[in-house]
Amino acid sequence: MNTSLLIWIILAPLLGAILNGAFYFYSIKKKKISDLTFSLIGTISPFIAFIVTLSLFLRMNDEGIIFKQNLFTWLNIDQLNINMALLGDNLSIFMAMFVTFVGWMIHIYAVGYMKGDKGFGKFFAYFNLFLASMLILVLADNPIILFIGWEGVGVCSYLLIKFYYGKKENVIAANKAFIVNRVGDFGFLLGVVTLFFAMGEVNLSFDSIEANLGNASPELLSLAGFLLFVGAMGKSAQIPLYVWLPDAMAGPTPISALIHAATMVTAGVYMVARFHFLYIDLGDIGLFIAYIGAFSAMLAAFIATRQNDIKKILAYSTMSQLGYMFIAVGLGFYSTGLFHVFTHAFFKAMLFMGAGGVIMALHHQQDIFKIAQHRASLPIIGFTFLIGVIAISGIPPFSGFFSKDAILAAAFQEGEYLIWAMAMFTAFLTAFYMFRLYFIVFVAPSPIQKKYVYTPMTVTIPLLILAIGAFGAGFLNFPAIFGGEHFVDHWLSQLDSKTIHLSHSTEYILMVLSVAVAASGIFVAYKKYANFDVMKPEEEVGLIGNKFYVDEIYDVVFVKSLKKLSTFVDKVLDEKIIDGFIMNSANGFVNIGKKVAMLQNANVRFYAAFMLIGMTCVFVYIYITLGL
Amino acid sequence: MISVTSLAFVSMILFSIGAIGVISRRNIFVIYMSLEMMLNGVNLFLVTFARYHFNMDPQIITIMVIAIAAAEAAIFLSVIILLFRSKKSLDTDIFNTLTQGEKS
Repeated sequence: MNTSLLIWIILAPLLGAILNGAFYFYSIKKKKISDLTFSLIGTISPFIAFIVTLSLFLRMNDEGIIFKQNLFTWLNIDQLNINMALLGDNLSIFMAMFVTFVGWMIHIYAVGYMKGDKGFGKFFAYFNLFLASMLILVLADNPIILFIGWEGVGVCSYLLIKFYYGKKENVIAANKAFIVNRVGDFGFLLGVVTLFFAMGEVNLSFDSIEANLGNASPELLSLAGFLLFVGAMGKSAQIPLYVWLPDAMAGPTPISALIHAATMVTAGVYMVARFHFLYIDLGDIGLFIAYIGAFSAMLAAFIATRQNDIKKILAYSTMSQLGYMFIAVGLGFYSTGLFHVFTHAFFKAMLFMGAGGVIMALHHQQDIFKIAQHRASLPIIGFTFLIGVIAISGIPPFSGFFSKDAILAAAFQEGEYLIWAMAMFTAFLTAFYMFRLYFIVFVAPSPIQKKYVYTPMTVTIPLLILAIGAFGAGFLNFPAIFGGEHFVDHWLSQLDSKTIHLSHSTEYILMVLSVAVAASGIFVAYKKYANFDVMKPEEEVGLIGNKFYVDEIYDVVFVKSLKKLSTFVDKVLDEKIIDGFIMNSANGFVNIGKKVAMLQNANVRFYAAFMLIGMTCVFVYIYITLGL
Repeated sequence: MISVTSLAFVSMILFSIGAIGVISRRNIFVIYMSLEMMLNGVNLFLVTFARYHFNMDPQIITIMVIAIAAAEAAIFLSVIILLFRSKKSLDTDIFNTLTQGEKS
């Protein structure tokens, strides 16, 4: 059904970004504008987007329709026909719902967190733009529009990671994020192009791709599926393109929350779900995705156990959780994967916001042991953080349990026991490192007397709201064996996801097992860290503490070798070989010319001799050819 | 009677001596003399074979060549006089004004 409302979901934050940007310029050039203006524009615009999405969601729920909005024809060249069109089906509205809601919460939180910052207006302009880009990505009707949003979130993440551009590390981190993402984006673009050539004459909207899938050759489709997933690897920080994610922590904490919870990193999972009709027939690629997810999940969980930076631990946990999502979508359980995206958005946003609150209270201290050494009393943040930690560890009935357990059951049901075991082990590690973080930051005995630090309402209220989500979001997909209705699975029935149909006893055993694994992780963390002497912090040492030396390996393999190659091209290939060839050939012509010029020496006798030789040659030729 | 072969050889030798003279000598008069020698070598050749084949056509051509050579000599000598007036020399290597740059 056509509607004119869809565009407003994007336009609201986009207009917010433009207004904030304009006001910010006015503010620094002419007259100072109060932070209140920026924060009002910045928080109202995502709210409008949320309200519009909610109204569409309710209509959709009542009438069972999907929305479409065709804005204009963007490109129409021969077979290539790209419409600027938006699609509001169950998947995109589901995604847009929590993106706008969690995004809105983070915007409100940012008002408190960024208070008094010089670039307050700029921050909100970027922030709104980030949300707008993500919503373009979500609501796109064809892969080209999706790619606009895809690049948009890349640019905004770059701008926000180097928000404090005065520090060199921040700029390097932003460059790293951008460049690593470019690698993935290149894969994505190649995937879209491959898809276009595989399809032939279609107008490239998701509907027509799905309808014409049968015409394409399976090899090209596999290639397209693989290349599109390379894009997802970059955006969703999976092996081997994950290295940017921990470094992206250089930005202010609300950005980390936004990148990790609502925007950007979930784009890869969303894209795979969007192309579910493609991946559903590509079993091998799906399995590959699932394995990449499982390995990423485990690697990130390992690294997180040895990190001391509160935000980096959370960053690695995001990567780990994204790995779970890719296990689910790779194995064909699209709605299960998206359900984990959904619950993860709540508890990860909350965890980051809680971490931000702690960092704020301790004057931008991020080392967990130093935070513990100067413990501040933060009751609300401590409470909500605990909820988030429990949720991510997978303890029932918190939301993380339902989504994670469904993924574990899915892997088990598909017979991918290796993936299942890796995911199970990751669950243990997750519980361990998250509770390590919690115990050190909030529980372990500290020599400094707790001092109460006031936390602004704009920080605490979003935290409490999200805490409700982190607790209760799981009930939306309450498992059938407990009499649940699988609301999310039904809502996303368009994805043709596989469903879990294990016997009840197996399912119970799996649940008990995963809870036991999580509980043992918590127990180990409790034993080790609940009474940890925070004055003797752990060092980031060893293989795990050094993140498996992946950054160093990449540095040697890609950065250094590329530098060597470019030096070689510059100094040897260009200067010696190409320049040498051109100069030598030019000099050669000059020399030949000089030699030829010697014939014209104005010497009569010389000319006469030449004439004689020439005539002799002519006569000899005639003699031979005539055979006289 | 002198054989055709020996006459042909004589004419060839005359021609060759002329050719070598044209190439190797620097004095313009000697060059002219050598040219005339080449012409006469060719004339002798023509006459020899005219006699051998009892065909009179080459004889006519030979007379023509001698007549034209005489006319040519008049022009040639006047040209030599003009050349001498310009450079006060009869050395052909001095007449190289068409070379680029280094003028001697």
